[in-house]
Amino acid sequence: MILVGILILLIGASLLCSVRGVLGPTAPDRVVAFDAITSLMVAVLVILGVVYEAGFYLDVALVYAMLAFLGTLAIAKYLEGRRVGD
Amino acid sequence: MIELIAYIFLGIGGACTLIGAMGILRFPDVYNRLHANTVVVVGGVMMTLFGVSILYGLSTYSLKALLIALFLFITNPVGAHAIARAAHKSGVKLWPRSVVDKLEEEEKR
Repeated sequence: MILVGILILLIGASLLCSVRGVLGPTAPDRVVAFDAITSLMVAVLVILGVVYEAGFYLDVALVYAMLAFLGTLAIAKYLEGRRVGD
Repeated sequence: MIELIAYIFLGIGGACTLIGAMGILRFPDVYNRLHANTVVVVGGVMMTLFGVSILYGLSTYSLKALLIALFLFITNPVGAHAIARAAHKSGVKLWPRSVVDKLEEEEKR
């Protein structure tokens, strides 16, 4: 029961982050919001796997964390090469 | 007793995620928001994973949760550093009331 409450808290926090992702004035703001949302979704997947007693959710969470890290690095590398306003 | 410790960890995790999400929403510029992002990941998500792994004892769930926590603990500072560096290089201005910018001083030299 407490796990479900934590799950609702995590989803509410990711909604707050997605508001910043929509509003964010520059591209790095959106990347920060994206990074936070992916980490929160990793925790959501782990709690879902534990609640449903399905172990493959945790494998999915691990692979999702790796791919999100790669995506963050790729976007950061892309943003380094240009100025704001281009 | 073990369950109480796990619930304390889960409570800290939920509180830190909410605080960090409000920080991401409310802070004035990218660099402050990165700080809030790190609060979300290290304070919130990792504490939640620790709570889950304590709650489920020695099982595959808890070992995988600890593995994910270790992975996040390694990769999140790297990603935050890359984003901050990219933002500074692409010319995102600091908040006007910021006190110091060591990287710009270093590049001017």
